[in-house]
Amino acid sequence: MELGALTSGILLGLGALLLLIGGVGINRFPHFYTRLHAAGVIDTLASALVLAGLAPVFGLTLGTFKLALVLVFLLFTSPTACHALARAAHLSGLREPPAPGEKPSSPS
Amino acid sequence: MLAAAGVAILVAMGLALFRTLLGPTVWDRILAVNSFGTKTVLLIAVIGAFEGRTDYLDVALLYALINFIGTVALMKYIETAARPSSAGDPG
Repeated sequence: MELGALTSGILLGLGALLLLIGGVGINRFPHFYTRLHAAGVIDTLASALVLAGLAPVFGLTLGTFKLALVLVFLLFTSPTACHALARAAHLSGLREPPAPGEKPSSPS
Repeated sequence: MLAAAGVAILVAMGLALFRTLLGPTVWDRILAVNSFGTKTVLLIAVIGAFEGRTDYLDVALLYALINFIGTVALMKYIETAARPSSAGDPG
């Protein structure tokens, strides 16, 4: 039981750290496509770590099965939503600003 | 550690809300709202573990489902509304 609590604590701590990093990244990155990257960190790795860290709390019960269900669903839908969001933004004409020193490309 | 994770989720939710209010384009707002929804799912699961009940996980699963469908629907709506219908392929 001690090992379970230790594992749970480590996974939850790492997940909480990644959540804070992603939250800062969403606010500090310069434009939309880089913010998408920060949100992707939260959506996949942080949620996987937090949900895996909750599993030792429930033990081998129905709760762990439901946690695995939520985890699998999030791992399928979050990258899909991120990809569709980037695709929709690109198709609607949002372009990233040119890097400093780079000649702005002409719209074709 | 459960309480620390819950507080971290709440802080991250606040930061996402900040981006939702601030975001220069509508895509930033959709991104932040989607991220907020994912963190809500995590928060519901953490509260369920805190109280030792598995009922909350059903709610979390349902919230994840509705969050995904809502994001995609909003995205499709904004995309077709932002694009003029018969002006050809932009860019």
